[in-house]
Order: sequence, then structure tokens, then C-alpha cells
Amino acid sequence: MGNAGRLTTELCGITLDNPIIPASGTFGFGYEFAEYYDINCLGTFSFKGTTKEPRFGNPTPRIAECPAGMINSVGLQNPGVHAVVEHELPRLRECFHKPVMANVGGFSPGEYAYTVEALDGEDCIGWYEINVSCPNVHAGGAVTGSDCRATAEVTRAVRRVTKKPVIVKLSPNVTDIAEIAKAAEAEGADGISLINTLLGMRIDLRSKKPVIANKMGGFSGPAVLPVALRCVYQVYEAVKVPIVGMGGVSSAEDVIEMMLAGASAVGVGAANLFDPYACRDIIEALPGALDKYRIGNIRDIIGGAH
Amino acid sequence: MEKTVLTVIENVPVAKDVYKMRLSGAAGETGPGQFINIAVPGRFLRRPISVHDACADGITIIYKVIGGGTEDMSRMEKGTRLDVLTCLGNGFDTAPSGDAPLLLGGGLGTAPMYLLAKKLVCEGKHPRAVLGFASADDVFGADELSSLGVDVAVTTVDGSLGVKGFVTDALPEEFSYVYACGPLPMMRAVYDKTKTDGVGGQYSFEARMGCGFGACLGCSIKTTGGSRRVCRDGPVFRREEIIWETREG
Ligand SMILES: Cc1cc2nc3c(=O)[nH]c(=O)nc-3n(C[C@H](O)[C@H](O)[C@H](O)COP(=O)(O)OP(=O)(O)OC[C@H]3O[C@@H](n4cnc5c(N)ncnc54)[C@H](O)[C@@H]3O)c2cc1C
Ligand SMILES: Cc1cc2nc3c(=O)[nH]c(=O)nc-3n(C[C@H](O)[C@H](O)[C@H](O)COP(=O)(O)O)c2cc1C
Ligand code: FES
Repeated sequence: MGNAGRLTTELCGITLDNPIIPASGTFGFGYEFAEYYDINCLGTFSFKGTTKEPRFGNPTPRIAECPAGMINSVGLQNPGVHAVVEHELPRLRECFHKPVMANVGGFSPGEYAYTVEALDGEDCIGWYEINVSCPNVHAGGAVTGSDCRATAEVTRAVRRVTKKPVIVKLSPNVTDIAEIAKAAEAEGADGISLINTLLGMRIDLRSKKPVIANKMGGFSGPAVLPVALRCVYQVYEAVKVPIVGMGGVSSAEDVIEMMLAGASAVGVGAANLFDPYACRDIIEALPGALDKYRIGNIRDIIGGAH
Repeated sequence: MEKTVLTVIENVPVAKDVYKMRLSGAAGETGPGQFINIAVPGRFLRRPISVHDACADGITIIYKVIGGGTEDMSRMEKGTRLDVLTCLGNGFDTAPSGDAPLLLGGGLGTAPMYLLAKKLVCEGKHPRAVLGFASADDVFGADELSSLGVDVAVTTVDGSLGVKGFVTDALPEEFSYVYACGPLPMMRAVYDKTKTDGVGGQYSFEARMGCGFGACLGCSIKTTGGSRRVCRDGPVFRREEIIWETREG
């Protein structure tokens, strides 16, 4: 059997050549990485979180190192949806010829809907990934995704303005992630993606102050893989819609583990920052890893651990 | 950017807690002011270090032991193979330098000045340098620059070597352009001192980096042209692009 077909999977009615999706915020709009390799080898990718207005993001330092991971406090820096449509998507389309995932952030249901509407005429967009979980941005305190009702409201607002698949991206910084996934599904979400970063902190021993200017930031990288697997496993039991699993994935083995937990496709974030070739290398390693664990087609293992 | 494996062929102290590491291997074509990003085994983020010297078969860096990553580097033996991203960043542009540019290095900011001086000399220009350090124990790089025929002055804060004070206390009367790399207070002082005479310049910045090649927006700074990435649009910025107010000390 040819290897290519073994890796295909499906996400909300769209077939992916393989399950690998560089995660939002770690892959820009793709064109930087296209200088290094042909990014059309990817399943798809999720572009940088886009908001209604341009945002400079948080003060610097925004990055702190952790054992087996990192904290980021980028704070949704992006040029705003209109500049994304005008300047970023044309460049993206030049180097990527598959449907792309549009990651959307916001500070009210209306803002999310505005941004999705502004993007909806772009044929290159296959899915929306609605980030209700960014821990860097506080609109009146709580994060949207920490509350079932607020998550439901955002999902509903977005659902109304597009026919394309809506994937709601959840925060792990909650008491019961399965409840929030169910709230999104009930409002018409076509998929769930998780996890966004965990709220974390590092303190500099020399200055005796937090390393990150905003004090806290989002923790991700290999250290969070067990948390992500647990969350995906719980959400898989709670909803019927497909799941994009992510958090700490950096190898073909991690991808298999994530799919066994219940993911139909797998996001790769921080690993791209350490090694710009990480996703390409994972895709190349997948057939060998499937052989090693006596797996025929990768789509057959989705949720296999349940 | 190129991803490559380089081999440590020399790793020796050159000043207090400061080491010179020579790396051999195909490192791509590196210009002055560019940097490399080194994977230190067991550490999640790479360590960005400026290129001190570069040739067809390798790169030399000079680094100071600051924390765990650079401490690990200081213990690396000859023959150690390192996973490195090379040719990173937008370095110094020698085109606007004029005939007598001034190179200003503060502490480890001295490291990139050697490759820059080499290029300027190669272009038939006559660079001068002022290098500032805390104390005599910290001084490195002056002889190497002199050997290129560059007129070098050294300042130390405690006066234990050269002129007592900061680089701004030893600026020559006339120069055609400024290239500066060092701590922010030093670069700002240089910027302010050269404000009235309209001398142009390029300033090299540092930032905490997630990737070093433009993907994460971890290193953003505000410039007169909008938001820029230190790792990709910089680390070198022209004086007219710089907004000091938004830089944390
Ligand atoms: C473009 C650029 C060029 C540089 N060139 C040189 C050079 O030529 N010689 C030299 O000695 N140093 C240079 N530095 C600083 C060097 O990167 C840090 O000293 C080094 O990363 C410290 O690592 P550590 O593990 O020892 O310290 P730790 O404090 O343990 O490091 C923890 C984390 O913080 C980061 N970090 C700490 N200090 C800095 C800093 N000043 N700038 C950026 N990241 C930092 C580390 O990379 C790591 O991710 C440069 C930095 C940049 C951004
Ligand atoms: C530098 C950085 C920026 C990020 N920006 C976004 C973003 O804009 N929108 C979003 O939904 N998630 C963002 N994330 C979260 C990732 O997409 C991903 O969910 C998380 O990092 C977990 O995956 P990982 O452990 O593989 O990094 C960001 C992560 C990092 C490291
Ligand atoms: S460090 Fe990632 S964009 Fe500059």
C-alpha cells in the first residue's frame, strides 16, 4: 500500500492529506516557512490569530523558557482583519494551495462575528478556528472560554455569519473542559480544537521579578502533552464533532498518541519555533511510526484509546 | 536562515566569564550584525548569539556566561556537534557608512564589530572603534580590531584600563556614521550625543526570542515604521526607525 493514503484524515467534511496542522501563532501566515520547505506537504495550517482591530500585542519580554517548554505573552499581535485580507492572504495563497484554517480572536461576540464576516469571502479559508481561550488578553477580567455561557454566545454569533466549518478552540485553564466543549457543540460548532496554552509564570532569579513583562503568559511545549492528552480524551467522550488535538506535540509518536486520545487532526505549536522543519519532519516520520506500531491507516486509530 | 550542524573546534576564555567559540562547518553566507541561534542540548529555546567572524568554513562567536545555557556552552569540548540556525537577521548595512564610520561596542556588543570592521576595511573605508567595558578584566576584542588597522579606544567604567567612563566619553571629534551595539543605556546615550550633528547610524538590539526567524512575534518592537521583529527585521535598525520610549531598560 502506498504511504500517502495511509495518512489521510477528515476534518469537518474536508479531507486532509495528513493530520498535521501547524498551530496558530507559531506559523505566521505561512510564507516565512515556505522559504524553508514546500508547506503544501502539510494537512493545513492555522494562521496567526486575527482580530477586528490591529493589535501591537503585549509589552516585551514576551518569551520565557521553561523545562521542556516555553511561556509566550505575544498578546494576539496582528495587523487587524482588513490588513490580513489585503496583505497577508495574497502572500499566503502564493505559497499554500490547500484550504487554510483561519484563527480568529476577539473581545466580544460581535467582534468575533465581524472578523469572520470580513474573512468569509476568502476562498482559501477552509475552516474558522475560534480562539475563545487566549490567556493573554483580558476583556473585563475573565477569559471567554472559561465560561460555558460566554463560549456559547461567541459560537452562536460566529455560526450566524458563516456556512464554513466553525471549530472552537478551548482553553485548558478551566475546571471542566468537557462542559465547555458541549456548550460550543450545542451552538453549532463543527469541531473543537484544544488545547490552547496553560497560564504560567517564570521568575528571574537575578532581578527577582517575573520574566514576562505581563507577569503571566501561555505555557506550551512538550511539558504540556499529558495535560493536552487528558483534555482531548475527556472532550472526545463528551462531543460527537471532530477534534483537533494539540499541546506539546513534537514527534510522530506524539501524533499517534493524540489521535488515540480522540483527535482527528493534530496541531503542532512550539515545536515549529525550535525547529522550523518540525512539521515536515513529523509528516515524513509518520509512515515509519505507523509501521512500528502496526497501524494501517492513521484515521483508523482516532479515539482508539477509549 | 539555514539549519546546519557545526562542530566546536575551539572554546577558550578571552575575558572574565567571556568565551570565544570557533565553529566549523557550512554555515551559509553571513554578513556583519547577523546572528546564529544555537540549540543547547536539554534547553527548549535556542540561544541567539551574534557572529563575531565568519568565513567559508565556519563561524566564530564570543559569548558571556549569563545563565544555564551559556554555562553549558562554556563547558563544551572540542568536537561537540551543535544544531544551529545560521544567517539570521538583518545585519549592518555598510553602504551609508561614509569614509570614517565609528564602531561603538558596549560589553558583549563588541562581538559583532569585528566582522563589520573587516567588511568596511575591505571596502577601503577607515573605521574607528570605541569599546566600552565595566573593568579591565572584561575587555576583549581590541587587539583583534587593531590588527585590521582600525584605530581603537577602550573605556572602562572603573578606569582600570583606557579612558575612565563610558564610550560616549571617548568619542572622536569627527566621524561619518555610527554603528552601535551594546546595552540600551549606552546606545541611547550614543543616539542622543549624535543627534545635533545629524550623523546617521545603525543600532543593534536584543530581545528575548521564541524562534529567531520571524515566526512567533515574541521579539516585537515599535519603530517609526510600525511594529518590527528584532529577529528578522532587525536586530539592526537605522536611527530614524528607533523609538526609545517603548524600550524597557
Ligand atoms: C540578536 C542577539 C545577539 C546576541 N549576541 C550575543 C553575543 O554575541 N554574545 C553574548 O554573550 N550574548 C549575546 N546575546 C545575548 C544571549 O542571547 C544571552 O546572553 C543568552 O541567551 C543567555 O542564555 P543563558 O541560558 O545563559 O541565560 P538564561 O538567563 O538562563 O536564559 C534564559 C532564557 O532567556 C534568554 N535570554 C537571557 N538573556 C538574554 C538576552 N540578553 N538576550 C536575549 N535572550 C536572552 C535565553 O536565550 C533563554 O531563552 C545576544 C542576544 C540577541 C538577541
Ligand atoms: C508564540 C505563540 C503564539 C500563539 N498564538 C496563538 C494565537 O494567536 N491564537 C491561538 O489560538 N493560539 C495561539 N497559540 C497557542 C498554540 O496555537 C497552541 O494551542 C499551544 O501553543 C499548544 O501547542 P504547543 O504545545 O504545540 O505549543 C500560540 C502559541 C505560541 C507558542
Ligand atoms: S523571535 Fe520569533 S519572531 Fe522574533
